[in-house]
Amino acid sequence: MSNIVFSVIARDLKLAMRRQADIVSALFFFIIVVSLFPLGIGPELDLLRQLAPGVLWVAALLATMLSLPRLFADDHRDGTLEQLALSPHPLGLVVTGKVIAHWLVSGLPLALIAPVLGIQFDLSGEALLVLTGAILLGTPALSGIGAIGAALTLGLRGGGVLLSLLVLPLYIPVLIFGAGAVDATVSGLGGEGHLSLLAAMTIAAIGFAPWASAAALKIALE
Amino acid sequence: MLEADNLECVRGERRLFSGLGFTLDAGELLYLQGRNGAGKTSLLRMLIGLLPPETGEIRWHGKPIRKQADEYHAALCYLGHLNAIKEELTPLENLLAAARLAGEALSEDDAIDALEQVGLAGREDLACKYLSQGQKRRVALARLVIDRRPLWILDEPFVALDVAAVDWLAGIISGHLQRGGMAVMTTHQPVAIPAGTVRELRIG
Repeated sequence: MSNIVFSVIARDLKLAMRRQADIVSALFFFIIVVSLFPLGIGPELDLLRQLAPGVLWVAALLATMLSLPRLFADDHRDGTLEQLALSPHPLGLVVTGKVIAHWLVSGLPLALIAPVLGIQFDLSGEALLVLTGAILLGTPALSGIGAIGAALTLGLRGGGVLLSLLVLPLYIPVLIFGAGAVDATVSGLGGEGHLSLLAAMTIAAIGFAPWASAAALKIALE
Repeated sequence: MLEADNLECVRGERRLFSGLGFTLDAGELLYLQGRNGAGKTSLLRMLIGLLPPETGEIRWHGKPIRKQADEYHAALCYLGHLNAIKEELTPLENLLAAARLAGEALSEDDAIDALEQVGLAGREDLACKYLSQGQKRRVALARLVIDRRPLWILDEPFVALDVAAVDWLAGIISGHLQRGGMAVMTTHQPVAIPAGTVRELRIG
């Protein structure tokens, strides 16, 4: 049963490695958007420290959005999505594999680069640590929720814009608790509560979102 | 045994066909014929379980396919008019990935043999985006060389093939029928399949 998940992850990672431009462009988008804020605001350290969590999280949401439209569209166009739907395993497991692979190439790089970018905002070591943890915990939920949107808008003209309108509002809880974790740490309240809630959202998203996406994909394939 | 009973297909506002039924036993081939837009591909998509019929039922060994989707898909090989190959992967990687996702064991040597049979010897390690249309189709057809699942559903398998390749594919299909397999296919130019019982169904 878990074999199919690993097969899909291995396949998608191999495809992503052959198309590194996609990963790199989303990552550079994140780096540039985050770096524009300190340049535009100037060296007011208190203000930057306050803005940092929100800016990093909004940039992370947008960078995740960049790669979402292609999550199923490429497979749909060349017919491999049909073959995946015809594999002798529940489609939800196949989608679980695709969501995990999407996180590995989109969410994980963001989390790894975030502490470096956080230095520009004069965040303390502890805040950087919490920021990295929050992005690590929160981005799988972004991939999972995004998969539902990508499946619902599959094959629609102008699906990219519709996907953003559909998915970004659903990202708000992750944004609030992700940025809140860093805020709480900076103000000395401790971010553990926020991080627990983020982890809960991720578990729920990874557990349920693939099955909802699978139902949407079946409709798109009819 | 594959049975279709009283199938009806409605696409948009139009009814494409209704009251359609057939049974297919081991070693039999069903040719679907009909003009463009008659619903051949829709019928195939019903048979693979991606398009639910408006009315009627499809049964595999006596059980409705909707109640045994995973078992049915394990017995089914579908070749659509899209090739279902990834441009970034090599033919060899495509074959191995397809087999793994279908839950079948395929050794690298067998995969290379299959690619040689379809005339892609020496191109196993070239990314598929560098292949011609006909060669990409051959990568897709290489799946049939190694496939041992009992039911093949093929949508226009002979399109874009040269004369020698048509004969070769007819041989592959008759080999499948001789092993006791079943096949359903659509085609505009009937090709003589030397083995098995050939039946025809005209839609529309």
